[in-house]
Amino acid sequence: MSDRFVSRGFTGKRRQKPEAVERVPPGQYLTDDFPVLSAGPTPRTALYQWTFTIEGAGGESIHWSWQEFLQLPAQSYLVDIHCVTKWTKLDTRWEGVSIDTLLEQIDLDPRAVYVTAFCDGGYTTNMPLPDVLNGRAFVAYRYAGQPLAPEHGGPARLVVPHLYFWKSAKWVRGLRLMEKDKPGFWESLGYNNRGDPWKEQRYWGD
Amino acid sequence: MKQPITWQIAAVKTIQQETPKVKTLTLRLPDWIPHRPGQHYDLRLTAPDGYQAQRSYSIASEPERRGEIDLTIERLEDGEVSTYLHDVIQVGDQIEVRGPIGGYFVWEAKLGGPLLLIAGGSGVVPLMAMLRHRATSGSQVPTRLLYSSRTPEDVIYAGQLARWQALTDGLKIFHTFTRTQPANWAGYARRIDSEMLREVAHPLLPAPFTFVCGPTPLVEAVANGLVQIGVPPERIRTERFGPTGGSG
Repeated sequence: MSDRFVSRGFTGKRRQKPEAVERVPPGQYLTDDFPVLSAGPTPRTALYQWTFTIEGAGGESIHWSWQEFLQLPAQSYLVDIHCVTKWTKLDTRWEGVSIDTLLEQIDLDPRAVYVTAFCDGGYTTNMPLPDVLNGRAFVAYRYAGQPLAPEHGGPARLVVPHLYFWKSAKWVRGLRLMEKDKPGFWESLGYNNRGDPWKEQRYWGD
Repeated sequence: MKQPITWQIAAVKTIQQETPKVKTLTLRLPDWIPHRPGQHYDLRLTAPDGYQAQRSYSIASEPERRGEIDLTIERLEDGEVSTYLHDVIQVGDQIEVRGPIGGYFVWEAKLGGPLLLIAGGSGVVPLMAMLRHRATSGSQVPTRLLYSSRTPEDVIYAGQLARWQALTDGLKIFHTFTRTQPANWAGYARRIDSEMLREVAHPLLPAPFTFVCGPTPLVEAVANGLVQIGVPPERIRTERFGPTGGSG
């Protein structure tokens, strides 16, 4: 549609302040809430049963218990997040462990170029491995100075702030490194395989 | 299968006031394709200077109705799009939409039953698409709708629900009113809890196809309650909206 359509009588009363505009991707609006979106009930795993696993493409794997995970070097993150349901939230504050830190602990099969996050409740999401490297992604267990609430993915969730927020898998229990890409839960149900909010890659074909 | 979902310009055919805060827009689509009940459309408004706003709205109509869809929209006081749809748009206006979208929160008659639907407020909208599809397709799968509203005036589709209630095709409808109730009301008058869920869902157990839609606290409580009374988590599909989350 190159001739721009105009909605009769629409002026837009919720425009962002100029300093925020460049931080809001196309089609998104700012919210101060933290809406909850999940496809099913909130799973609850006891911390003593919780583990985090990295499965390499060559069968190698490594596990951490909750206590071990908390011992890993943690970092603070201040990031903007963008949900495909159109809301964007600026300056969210998290604490957790960089994926780089986790991957340093294992000798990886270099053929692995994709990653699938897997979760309690059966949720999965996929992305190219570079999307979680070089400080671009982390496993968070604190949000806004508090332990991460179950409805927001606690005890721990993946956070990949530069992609739409369904990639930031709640209740994450591990990462599976793979030679070939495999669409995850929403990626199999009409949502874009990559999900870059700045390219507005919401759905298949975007 | 993986065709792009492209924007198209729909025309507003009719506007119906459902409750003081809720309207249904019937849109005629030049490139209509049948949806699956429970799916939504994205809607985009563009100002003369190019500024745009997008939101998602659930489809209320059944896919058997060709060439058009109903979107039922609650007016949110601070909403940018919902206030436009309530206060500005008129029959004959054009509006950009794309869809249908979403492949998980869907029920089709061929999936069978039993079917358990639980709604809070305007969360009834996608469930209405399922119920209309059920009625139109002649499905008689055992179905129960539990619908939580603040007051009787807030019940969306009250007339249609009452007409269905009078039939004997396997559908039973339960209302709960959390703020004010009709005179001589003998039904539920509280927020949905495990006891209510057990009473409503009991004949459909152990494993009904279950769809829950409404504000986040309600969906969270209902989904937890359903797990408590033994509904398998993988049978429970949820759609939540916050104060500004899923609509606006």
